[in-house]
Amino acid sequence: MDLVLPDFGLLFWTGLVFCSLLFLLAKFAWKPILGAVNAREQKIADSLELAEKTKQEMQTLKAENDALLKQARIERDKMLNEARIQADKFVEEAKAKAKEEAQKIVNSAKESIENEKAAAMSELKTHVGAISLEIAEKLLQSELSSDGKQKALIEKFVDNISMN
Amino acid sequence: MSVKMSSINLRRFLLLTCVFFFFNNAFSSSSSKEKEFNVGEMIMHHVKDAHEWHLWGPEHGGTSIYLPVILYDNGLKMFSSDNFYHGEESTTIDHKTHQSVNFYKGVGPAKGYALYHEKIYKLDNNNNLKIEEGHVHGNTKPFDVSITKNVVSLFIGALLLFLIMFSVARFYKKNGAVAPKGIAKFMEPLILFVRDDIAKENIKHNKHHKFLPYLTTVFFFIWINNLLGLIPIFPGGANLTGNITVTLFLALCTLFLTLIYSNKNYWTHIFATPGVPLVLLPIMIPIEIVGIFTKPFALMIRLFANITAGHIIILALISIIFINKSAYWGALSVPMALFISILELLVAALQAYLFAMLSALFIGAAVEEAHH
Repeated sequence: MDLVLPDFGLLFWTGLVFCSLLFLLAKFAWKPILGAVNAREQKIADSLELAEKTKQEMQTLKAENDALLKQARIERDKMLNEARIQADKFVEEAKAKAKEEAQKIVNSAKESIENEKAAAMSELKTHVGAISLEIAEKLLQSELSSDGKQKALIEKFVDNISMN
Repeated sequence: MSVKMSSINLRRFLLLTCVFFFFNNAFSSSSSKEKEFNVGEMIMHHVKDAHEWHLWGPEHGGTSIYLPVILYDNGLKMFSSDNFYHGEESTTIDHKTHQSVNFYKGVGPAKGYALYHEKIYKLDNNNNLKIEEGHVHGNTKPFDVSITKNVVSLFIGALLLFLIMFSVARFYKKNGAVAPKGIAKFMEPLILFVRDDIAKENIKHNKHHKFLPYLTTVFFFIWINNLLGLIPIFPGGANLTGNITVTLFLALCTLFLTLIYSNKNYWTHIFATPGVPLVLLPIMIPIEIVGIFTKPFALMIRLFANITAGHIIILALISIIFINKSAYWGALSVPMALFISILELLVAALQAYLFAMLSALFIGAAVEEAHH
């Protein structure tokens, strides 16, 4: 029967030991242990959160970089194109100008040739006139050197006139 | 006397199980000299508290730790229990059954006291003990706060637990919030198990922090003392957690915690259970009030009965050898006792878990907020 009857002495010691143990463990064991474990759990949670945040930041950064790179590439292409067009335009312009210049030179050359030619012609004409006069003079001199010849010529002229 | 002799044989047997065949004859011859072996008496003696811690050898001249007796009877009296065990072996006649009953009369500082079934009584004017049907009648019991076998076991268990947990705590103090190593690595999952699966699971609304020290202490206290009880020799073997006084105290702690921290919602559920018609309340209220006490009562009985039953089964299985007076029975009883011992390892942890878990459940019910 006394197996199931509580004993005061043991109750006293159990109470004393258990309460002291509870106090000592709470102060020197559970508090530091759970404190450290909680701190560690917090640290891990924080680290995970930070990692997640960093990952997201990296992603946005990468997206930004990609956008920048893409824009830069577009701009470069645009610039290259523009430069090419500009260059082509320059070449075209230069060609046109050169052609025009050449034309001008040719034209002025032609003009001056014409002028020269006209001058030469007029000079030639005067020369030819002079020469003709000279020839005519000489001819006249030779023709009119004898009276007979003068007479024949007059006759000839008279014939011609009569024919008219 | 027969109990003592049998228990000595039992202990010797436990130490020499591996060579038991060679001792077969020795056992048989020594058994034949004894009176009839009373298994029930032997087992009861082992699962109960005592004022000595028997180690080995015969009762007189053997090795025993005699524990201090502390009495408060017209002043504090303190002496060794040796004064009883090596005192005057006396006999008296049971007034009802008329059989002779053995008890010890104290000598020296223990004079005037008697030790009967490990309990201390004051001798009457005739310097005798009046016993009826095996129980003492008429003799008063002095106020006894002796350091008994269970108290020593309690000290050992508490000290061991404190040293283990203190060294775990020291690890964290030294290393900060890092991954645990060594003993901390072993204990941390257990502590976290109590925190997460016992406290947090049963005490809602994040109120478990306040009760965590109690729940962890009670869990490890029960577990370590259960395990110490499974060790056959000193410093184990005391049936501490299978003692009704210890389980009573622990259950009272849970009861007081539920009552102290109980809120309005808890009492509303007892005196005006929601959803119960008014006419049924006269029936429901007494049931609910009884329920407050049956819950910790069940805690007390569960732990006491499980641990005591474990001790009884192992002792009974070993006793098969002594009942049959042949060590050959060891071939049957030792494997069975081994099996039960291993089962008891599981029970030791399981009962600690159950006590802590149900305590958390009761506390959780007391502090739960209304959720309607």
